Amino acid sequence: MYIHPDNLRRYTVGVLVDNEPGVLSRVSGLFSRRGFNIESLAVGPTQDSEVSRITIVVKGDDAHIEQLVQQLYKLICVQKVQVMQSRNAVERQLLLVKVKAGPADREGLMRLVDIFKAKVLDVTKSSMILQITGENDKISSMLSLLEDYGILELVRTGMVALERGDGVMTSDIFD
Amino acid sequence: MKLNGAAILIECLIEQGVGTVFGFPGGAVLPIYDELYKRQDRISHILTAHEQHAGHAADGYARATGRTGVCLATSGPGATNLVTAIATAYMDSTPVVFITGNVPQSLMGTDSFQEADISGITMPITKHNYMVTRVERLADTIREAFYIARTGRPGPVLIDIPKDVQIAETEYTALSGEALIPRLSMKHPTAQLRPEGEALERYKIKAEPRLEQAAQLIAEAHRPLIYCGGGVILSGAQQALQELAERADAPVVSTLMGLGAVPATSSRMLGMLGMHGTHAANIAMQRCDLLIAVGVRFSDRALGKAETFAPGAKVLHIDIDRAEINKNVSTTLHITGDARIVLELLLSRVSQKHHEQWMQQARSMIEDYLSDELFEPRKILGGMAAISPEITIATDVGQHQMWTAQHFPFVRPRQLITSGGLGTMGFGLGAAMGAAAADEAHRPVVLVTGDGSFRMNLTELSTIAYYNIPVIVVIFNNGTLGMVRQWQTLFFGHRYSQTTLDRGPDFMKLADAYGLPGARVDNMEAFTAAYREAVERGGPCLIECMLDIDEMVAPMVAPGSPIDSFCLN
Repeated sequence: MYIHPDNLRRYTVGVLVDNEPGVLSRVSGLFSRRGFNIESLAVGPTQDSEVSRITIVVKGDDAHIEQLVQQLYKLICVQKVQVMQSRNAVERQLLLVKVKAGPADREGLMRLVDIFKAKVLDVTKSSMILQITGENDKISSMLSLLEDYGILELVRTGMVALERGDGVMTSDIFD
Repeated sequence: MKLNGAAILIECLIEQGVGTVFGFPGGAVLPIYDELYKRQDRISHILTAHEQHAGHAADGYARATGRTGVCLATSGPGATNLVTAIATAYMDSTPVVFITGNVPQSLMGTDSFQEADISGITMPITKHNYMVTRVERLADTIREAFYIARTGRPGPVLIDIPKDVQIAETEYTALSGEALIPRLSMKHPTAQLRPEGEALERYKIKAEPRLEQAAQLIAEAHRPLIYCGGGVILSGAQQALQELAERADAPVVSTLMGLGAVPATSSRMLGMLGMHGTHAANIAMQRCDLLIAVGVRFSDRALGKAETFAPGAKVLHIDIDRAEINKNVSTTLHITGDARIVLELLLSRVSQKHHEQWMQQARSMIEDYLSDELFEPRKILGGMAAISPEITIATDVGQHQMWTAQHFPFVRPRQLITSGGLGTMGFGLGAAMGAAAADEAHRPVVLVTGDGSFRMNLTELSTIAYYNIPVIVVIFNNGTLGMVRQWQTLFFGHRYSQTTLDRGPDFMKLADAYGLPGARVDNMEAFTAAYREAVERGGPCLIECMLDIDEMVAPMVAPGSPIDSFCLN
């Protein structure tokens, strides 16, 4: 499905699925064969051991996202789908990054750790592992500052999100 | 009662009312075939020559009857041979349960002999699939599979059963009626779309505002047009659709999959629309001011260029699959639900309209295609219709398929069995066999095929000969892959790359080899005599019609062009 770049937006989609083998490949397979672009994907069990929750960040337009939600509902393993608006949701991801850190770099790095409320998980003579949690923007700006020191390795979890307020996820296919 | 997995499978098929299974045995399904042997009083098995055609046969069985077809194959190559048949059923939304054996779980993942990850392979082409890891889950999995295959928008479901699960024993209790409906029906949102009883009352309340709006659109329309698709046949909505056409005083166009829902003989029927649609259907589409689309998915073959499709029309879309709404064409209003239920609810809100001028205008665009040729597809199909107007016709894919769709006047739902979505050459003989095997009255089924398509499935002649399945094979032999040749003629400067079939076999000798009667004809008189005899005899046979290599399918709209700009008349 072609979308004009001006209409591209970022959507965060929460999906409750049966906690069964193969579910992740059903969901990710749907995205790839229908031509949706996954920006990030995170999955884990919920308070109900039979249910997992997948959070997907995808770029598209409104028509695209309508199609995506309806296609997701066709998967038998999918129970509920919710498209979250950024302003109504808390979104977080976690990043671990190994940066070059000689003795001269440590002080500057520690200042960044302070500003970004990051954590130091490991220190050696020449490197540090930092943990940063936050929204996309925060993580991007931290990363661009760390580039000056030299990033050796990094790994991120992908975005997870919950809608603000008392409500819990509901499904409504008839609209 | 304690049973092994294989026996539980057979018992569960009996629970579901399955009488016929199409399949092919092998190492990983030996325990299942052993149980079939013991229960042959309850389930008959038709052994095909190749698993693909067993799959198409189960599909044809389902298309002809509306019941769920069942196909059985072994692991590895047996399972992968089903892939085309599964994809065919998926694209045309037919309920088929495919059952495959697999290697024992102790060997799984070790690249053992005849091992293939068939549930992984078929994930994108099944409505759902299962790999059963514990025999305790087997019975409920099978019940769930049948439920999923036939409810909502129907489709194929695959169950992969490792050999150790077939051998392992567990307690089995036979279920019937309501008890067969799995827990899943409560949980999954799509399952709510074919409501009954209390759920139907809730559905009515929910759908009410949209039904009112739909009635309003119909009341305001001056040039309404009904666009009827395969969903109408799947839900049995033909009666309600015809009543709506009367009430709204609207003409009807049909997709390939919707042919037969409204009889071709009806004065409202303008024919098939799309790439090889009639002038009347395609032009009416562009002139209507309200398009009532029922059980359709706005396929590219029906639409032509999506941006220029039905430019002046509001679109009312009724479909059971919410994902089809706004997928290819933006709708003014949609109602998600079973076509029959929605149309019946809608009918009570629609008052009688009169659009004489529009009906007349639409009817006036119907053209009669006349040909000077003495022996050509239209005359052959007309001859068939004159002798057997109600006969079930299966096709393969290509020119013969389009000629059949255009020129055979289908008068009832499920009369045409054709691979519309996937366009599977080689579909026809298996599908015709399945449709014929499903008919308790043993009425013959016609397969209209081309020499190209037939070469892909002729191995199944042995099956129809052995079981004496009444399939009348009518081959349109023009010595070419005609549809591809037609595109080469029109768009590739007459460069006939790899489409000329100047290589046999001699179909009459072939018929003889299989012990089937055959006739080669090149004129209407001979054809009519051979065809009449075949229908009266009611057994399997071949009729080979010798056609001109340059015969084309007309009208035609070039791919991606507006639906009313014909490149061939």
